[in-house]
Formats: sequence, structure tokens, C-alpha cells
Amino acid sequence: MAKQLPKRDLENVGLGVTGACVALVTFVVAALIFMVAQKGLSAFVKDGVSVVEFFTGTKWDLANTAESGLPYTGALPLIVTSFAVMVLSMLIALPIAIGSAIFAVEIQPKFGSKVFQPLIELLTGIPSVVFGLIGFHVVVGLMKSVFHVSTGLGILPGAIVLAVMILPTMTTLSVDGLRAVPDSYRQGSLALGYTRWQTIWHVVLKSAMPSLMTAVILGMTRAFGETLAVRMVIGGIEAMPTSLLSPASTITTTLTTSMAVYAEGSAQDDVLWALGLLLMGMSLIFILIIHLIGRKGAKARG
Amino acid sequence: MLDQAYSRRQFLGLAGGLASIVGLGLVGCGGSNAADTAAEGSAAAAESVSGEVTYDGASSFQALVEAAAEKFMDANPDVSVSGSGNGSGKGLTAVAAGTVTIGNSDVFAETKLEADQVKNLVDHEVAVVGMGPVVSKNVKVDDLSLEQLKGIFSGQITNWKEVGGDDAKIVVLNRKAGSGTRATFEAAVFGDEAVDFKGDAELDKSGDVQTQMGSTDNAISYLDFSHFDDSKFNAIKVEGVEPKSANVTDDSFKIWATEHMYCSKDADEATTAFLEFMLSDDVQGKLVEEQGFIPVSAMKVVKDASGKVSAK
Repeated sequence: MAKQLPKRDLENVGLGVTGACVALVTFVVAALIFMVAQKGLSAFVKDGVSVVEFFTGTKWDLANTAESGLPYTGALPLIVTSFAVMVLSMLIALPIAIGSAIFAVEIQPKFGSKVFQPLIELLTGIPSVVFGLIGFHVVVGLMKSVFHVSTGLGILPGAIVLAVMILPTMTTLSVDGLRAVPDSYRQGSLALGYTRWQTIWHVVLKSAMPSLMTAVILGMTRAFGETLAVRMVIGGIEAMPTSLLSPASTITTTLTTSMAVYAEGSAQDDVLWALGLLLMGMSLIFILIIHLIGRKGAKARG
Repeated sequence: MLDQAYSRRQFLGLAGGLASIVGLGLVGCGGSNAADTAAEGSAAAAESVSGEVTYDGASSFQALVEAAAEKFMDANPDVSVSGSGNGSGKGLTAVAAGTVTIGNSDVFAETKLEADQVKNLVDHEVAVVGMGPVVSKNVKVDDLSLEQLKGIFSGQITNWKEVGGDDAKIVVLNRKAGSGTRATFEAAVFGDEAVDFKGDAELDKSGDVQTQMGSTDNAISYLDFSHFDDSKFNAIKVEGVEPKSANVTDDSFKIWATEHMYCSKDADEATTAFLEFMLSDDVQGKLVEEQGFIPVSAMKVVKDASGKVSAK
């Protein structure tokens, strides 16, 4: 063994090593935000893309140029598709997540912790490309045979695949949220003559509301940012979606498929960075909401 | 006992600190590693070739490059050949910027890069690929003219009955912008005209087109010859000419492209050796045809950067 350091030096070593870790992480995050912001903003500042056109224009076509010499950069169809996919997948996943959480915590707690939770955690680890493959081969075929559409690609299959993907995250968080409700709340409610259903609905779910909201937001964040699985079933057409089964393209899918095509520094490349900046801004907003909910929840509990 | 616990913790702390420093250092020098090895490679070239060859670019003939790379590495164990298929545009900008030693492309560098960047690149034409339109099994049309294809892929013709088929809507399956297959197909069908029609879907890969074509009725798409699959869909004639390699060699079948591998003028020993191997009989005589391509030597015509075809 090495010769022992004096205690104070040891403290300093610890401070130095852990401090360096914090400094490194802070630096990486700051550098990342700076780079994306700089690249993304240069689309508007350097190349002269109109901000209003970017958020409200409905024609996205990087391959062709308008009279102004710039490509068509109306990102509204992408933004609309991203939100549509996110909200729809949430609508599908949320009832299932909360329902199974109630079953696993309130009704069959033993089954819930021994069988159900490990099973759900297993689902979390499955890579998204696997979901995409299943979506491309199964869900798309299902759409074709159920709705009699030509390609079966679009927002609906995207939302279904995403719903399965965000389900484990949301279920796990909902289970944790329900479990964190103190037992004294349930006992008090039952002692006042509430039935089990009334206890669950009026007491448990209500006091677990902040954690359930966190589950929703985290699920939404994942749905918003997921790329690969969606890309395989959405159809990849950058136009305003006219129905749930017309091919469309989300911000992330457009970003990944176009990134390889355009040379660095071109107006097209800068506009793609602007899309990246938009995504980053959205996730910052989501995280902010989670923090606000957490603070409000803490205040409500006292 | 207490002493020992103390020193163990100390040891762990130090080791952790060291590990993180070493880790950072490695990340820091990662970029220059390739250059070092390459320099060593040319120094030791007198005996045998060694070094690192990296490529990026078109995914359409990446399988051919990978297969050739494996054979090349068997013969030259000191060389490593590796890379990825991120699209022709990426490959060309990467080789021009020097981040890879070889850029693979379906199109001439002149179409994607500035003239002064092209000046420093050397072109190697390694294979020719033919591409043709494919239609769903239920479609009765088996021959389309270039004019009709133009109508279909620009959205002018939307019903199969307009081109001699049943009364059904045409489902157009496109490839993503940036796909070399799409670029080749559009160059042959549209020439210089800009296309502003997206179709019913834009798919990522030739494999995705195969899957979708197999399960979609009334659809049309395009694929290179090696991805044709008679059990799933029909490859049709263009201007009455069958989509066959023999018809590509004399330009009677019009939709084809030359696969290019670009390296910089001052490429290192390993890179030039690998490119020579790509053009050698080992690859041209056997591997190229095995992978579904047409050897350049079999061609009776050549296509230049502006798309003009002339006899060899």
C-alpha cells in the first residue's frame, strides 16, 4: 500500500476529484448548448432564413430553392406532426399505465412487486430499433388490413409504436408515485367509511398527482425525442398531415434523414441545426415543467 | 484495521482520479491517432503495406466495398479498412475535408463539391449499377416509357389506367432525398428538371422498399438490380428494354450509374493499395458480379459528369 497521506491532503484530493467531475459535466452541457444555439441561430442570422417563415410556413423542401435562393424552410408540418404523435401516444399509454399501476400497488401489491415490476423494467431496456422493426412489419400491416389504406404509414402507427415504448417509463413512475403515498392516508380514508374504490380515486390518485404528472411529462419528452422507431413507420413525407394515416415526418425524423445529405455550413445544414435547437428548447421546457410540478407538490404536502 | 481501510479508500480515490485523467487524455488524442498510424505506415512501406484506411459515403455499394475490404485485410493483415455508409454527399465532403481517406459516391464529385475541392481528388470508377422501376404484383403494366415514368414520379399521372393498367390510384414509393438510387433514377428520368413531388412515402433504405412493395397493392418504386425480388414484386421494362446487365453495358437500358471511390491526391500507401485492389481482377472479375454490380470493364459506353453518354 502507498504511504498514507495526511488527512487534510486526502480531503483536498477528494474535493479536487469530485469537483473536477462537476466542472467537466457543467462544461460539456454549456458547450453543447452553445454549439447547437450558435449553429441553429446562424440559419436565421447568417443565411437570412425568416423566423416567422420557419415557425408558420407549411412548405419544407431542402432539395429545391425558392426565388430568394434559400430552400423552403417552413417547419410547421414537422412541428405539428411531432406534437400530434406525442399527444396521441400519450392518450393511448396514460390510461394503461395508471390502470396497471393501480392494480400493481393497490389491488395485488405482491404480484405487482414480484412479477409485474421486473417485467416492465425489462421492457424499458429494449432498444428502440426493435420497436421500429416490429412497427414496420406488424403495425403497418395491421393498419393496411384494418383501414384499407395504401401504405399504412403515418401518425397513427407512429403513435402506437411510441405508446408501447413510453409505457414502461410511465408505468414505473406511476407505480413509484402510488407507492410513495403514506399508508396512513389510506387507513384514514377507510376509517371514514370510504370504499376501496373511493379511497383510490379520491385519496391515493389525488395525493400522487404530482408524481403522475411527472410520469406524463417524462413520457412526453421521450415520445417527442424518439427518432428511430418513428422514422420507420411515419412515411417520411415533409408535408402537412391531412389524416392520421397520411405519411408525415416529425422534427427528429427529418433531422436524421437529411443530416447526411447536405454539406456542413450550407444553409440547409444550418436549418437542420435550427431544428435541433427547437428540439432542445422543447425538452428544456418539459424539464422546467417537471421542476415546477415538483415544487408545487412539495408545497401542497407542506 | 482502521489504517488499512483508510489506505484502501485512498488507493481507490487515487486510482479513480488516475483513470479519469487517462480516459480524458485518450479522448483528447483520438483525433491524431489515425494520422500517426498512417505516417508510420508509409515509413514501413518498404516491406509491406500497413496503415489505416477509412471510408464514408454511398450505402448502395457499401456491401461491395466491405466484401473487398475483408479480402484485402486477409492479404494485408497490417492494414485496417473500416467505414460507414452515410450517403454520397457526406462521403464527398468528408474526403475533401480529409476526415476519411476514401469517399464513396453514386454521383460525380463535381455535382456535390466546389471546383477547387474536386481538383484535389482522384476518381476511381469501381463498378456500374443498373436501376429500374418495380411495380406491385397486382399491377398489369409491364412496360413504361421514360415519359410515362416522368409523369408518374412528378404527380401528373395518378391512375394506372392512364398508362394501360386497371382503374386504380398509383401509390408512389420514393426514396429519401440524398439517396443515390433516387439521384440516379431522377437524373435518368427528369434530366436537369427540378422535381417537386414527394409521393405517398419516402423510405430510408432499399430493403424497406422491398418490404413495402411486397405488401402494397398498386404501388410503383425503383430499385437497383441487386435488390430485385421476383417473389415480391415485378421489375418492368423501360422503353421496351428489359432491366438486365447486358442491356446496361450498351446503354440501351437508360437508368444506370457509375460507382465512384474518391481519394485525395496525396493519399497514403495503404489507401492507394486498397483502391488498386478494388480495380484488380480479384474484385472486378468476381466480387463485383457476385454483389449484383456490373464491372466497369464490361461497359461499352461511359457517362461523364454532366450525364452525357459516349462510346468507349
